[in-house]
Amino acid sequence: MELDPILLSRIQFAFVVSFHAIFPVFTIGLAAYIALLEGLHFRTGNPAWEMLSKFWTKVFAVAFGMGVVSGIVMSFQFGTNWSNFSQASANFLGPVLSYEVVTAFFLEAAFLGVLLFGRDKVPKGTHLFAAIMVAVGTFISSFWILAANSWLHTPAGVELREGVFHVTDWAAAIFNPSFPYRFAHMALASFLTGGFVVAGVSAWFLLRGHAIEANRKALSMCLWLLLVLAPAQAVVGDFHGLNTLEHQPTKIAAMEGSWERHAGAPLLLFAIPDQAAQTNHFEIGIPGLASYILTHDFNGVIPGVSEVPRAEQPPVAIVFWSFRIMVGLGLLMIAFAVWGFVLRLRGRLYEPGRFHRLLPWMIAAPFIAVLAGWVTTESGRAPWLVYGLMSFSEGVTPSLSGWMALTTLIGYMLVYAVVYGSGAYYFYRVVTNGMEAPDHPEHGVGRPMRPLSGADVSWDDPSITAPATR
Amino acid sequence: MALIDTTMIWAVIIAFGVMMYVLMDGFDLGVGILYPFAPDEHSRDIMMNSVAPVWDGNETWLVLGGAGLLGAFPLVYSILLPALYLGVFLLLAGLIFRGVAFEFRFKARTSKHYWSIAFAGGSTLAAFAQGAVVGAYIQGFEVEGTAYAGGAFDWLTPFTIFTGIGLVIGYALLGSTWLIMKTEGGVQDWAYRVSLPLLAGLLGVFALVSIWTPLVDEFVRERWFGHLYLIWLLPAGALLCAWTLYRAVRRRDEGLPFVATMGIFVFTYLGLLASKWPYVIPPTFTLRDAASAPESQLFLLLGVLFVIPIVLAYTAWTYWVFRGKVRADAGYH
Repeated sequence: MELDPILLSRIQFAFVVSFHAIFPVFTIGLAAYIALLEGLHFRTGNPAWEMLSKFWTKVFAVAFGMGVVSGIVMSFQFGTNWSNFSQASANFLGPVLSYEVVTAFFLEAAFLGVLLFGRDKVPKGTHLFAAIMVAVGTFISSFWILAANSWLHTPAGVELREGVFHVTDWAAAIFNPSFPYRFAHMALASFLTGGFVVAGVSAWFLLRGHAIEANRKALSMCLWLLLVLAPAQAVVGDFHGLNTLEHQPTKIAAMEGSWERHAGAPLLLFAIPDQAAQTNHFEIGIPGLASYILTHDFNGVIPGVSEVPRAEQPPVAIVFWSFRIMVGLGLLMIAFAVWGFVLRLRGRLYEPGRFHRLLPWMIAAPFIAVLAGWVTTESGRAPWLVYGLMSFSEGVTPSLSGWMALTTLIGYMLVYAVVYGSGAYYFYRVVTNGMEAPDHPEHGVGRPMRPLSGADVSWDDPSITAPATR
Repeated sequence: MALIDTTMIWAVIIAFGVMMYVLMDGFDLGVGILYPFAPDEHSRDIMMNSVAPVWDGNETWLVLGGAGLLGAFPLVYSILLPALYLGVFLLLAGLIFRGVAFEFRFKARTSKHYWSIAFAGGSTLAAFAQGAVVGAYIQGFEVEGTAYAGGAFDWLTPFTIFTGIGLVIGYALLGSTWLIMKTEGGVQDWAYRVSLPLLAGLLGVFALVSIWTPLVDEFVRERWFGHLYLIWLLPAGALLCAWTLYRAVRRRDEGLPFVATMGIFVFTYLGLLASKWPYVIPPTFTLRDAASAPESQLFLLLGVLFVIPIVLAYTAWTYWVFRGKVRADAGYH
């Protein structure tokens, strides 16, 4: 069998970037939450806020540490597998990605240490300021990453001369047409991720009667947040879709499972797209609804995948189904937010029951939705690396052979399995270790300023099995 | 001609960044390399404590260098990384294992042993891969147009295996002299004992590379045996540092051995740069060929010139906070 270095490089990049992406998505939301908790504690002096902040800072430390480790790999991926692309796009992507690195380091050097280890060593206001700056810093990091990524979808502000992109307008390149929508969509996804993790863990603690007062507060706040953000995400996603329709119509056609351009397109709930036959099997849909959503007219015209030559078509089945997974999970998240609101209206929000038992399982939902969303948007770009300007086959490393790409793909999978298996296990240990009362002294004088050191839970102490009730 | 020569500024920044990386991550990788040979488990705890506060700041320079290279010299980035494809993977895998082991070993009791193996193995693998990179760079790269055209294993030759082992020895020496400075008692005695054999090994590698390279590479021969006599000050400086190191270890100086070892690295590094100047992808592309657009270099320069002083200050501050001898009971548990 012939190994295709392009396909394997795409799988490798997707694998590495997916693993990396779930950490920032989580830490951005969590950093903002910690800043909020610090602010509430600063204002009210209620120790419950501090207890929550201490606990979630530990979780933040583990997630941030894992994100940094996987980030090192990312900064070399462009060069190893996509050298022609790196060379062509370096004038724009080089500075933008470097600014991300610079921002992240600046943040880590200046504020992360204070947030993780300075609670008892600096004035309260300073600690709060550090928490806010970490939250802002994670945001700025994602700003650069999304500017780079959006540019691949809707390249602007550049001129292609002799196979190399030259920046003619920095502002136009950074704030390219799809950037605002993508950034807003990702920012909301981060808050939803953070919100569902905190809500799920709080519900889990409440079921076990652990740190009742603090976890009730946390659950209540999160559910208010989710009640607003989950529907808001649907609205922002809709705007993002309209933008994609304007700039990447073929991607929209693939998402809708639409092969031919036609008016009054149905919203397909189920279908098996067949790329070879350029049609769908077993279609089930709601007539006219896709047209209505995208054009606000039941008879609006929706583009079709077949309008572009086969060689320029994205893999429709992947785009079609990953999009449905994302939207389905989004609806499920809205349902849970509404369920929580109904319980609140009935005054039964804190009663342990089915809601509390199911909520911890929902922790997985935003992560899977985020990954599915990335698959939708990135697969939908195929075969373009830079949309309309450079294809995957033009961007790949010329000297790369299929077996080399396969070897490192398997290698990264093994390394990640060990490393992230350990990380997930450790995260579980941190949670089961439970929350500590605020008067618990912070040990580790002279502790190094390492992110992961922010969590001091033992790796294999057998006494940690379930949180102590109090 | 632009008002300021951003390409030269970037060359200096990247050269400085690589130097910082080699010196700083060098000693903490070295501690990892020496790890399995430590007298006992207690010494291992002390050794790890001595680098725990600073190692990740040290790796900052690698990421900063990688990103800066893409921004300022994309041609180097896009030829070097494919040429060293499998080596880069080994380097990254080594660094990842090591980084995680660092954190989790301190939190483990029964599984401590596995994390120790991951730490030592990851450090040695990363050091070897870096040494092989240096060797591959001396060897040069097969290029077609603006892309690497060689095979997957071109970088792996007897010469690069040799330079790989050479750098493992060199980093181990940085590690042992660091331990002389940072520890006391049994660990320090042990570090004194291993330093001189490591120095002898490093000098052996040094000598062989110095003989080997001019013999096989005409450009290097011309550079060293042409009319550039000043260049000989660099190896002379390295040998002087080696002599200083030898004397300092014999006298049981505590700080000087580390400083002298850093001196050996600096002079060797400058000698290597001098051998190839102005080529960045030997034997094909010079510094100028590889540069990105001036406006891109300038745009990035603004941010980097702002952040490098911060990183330097932060680094200095961390070392200041954790100054003095490391004791087993202090700090990291």
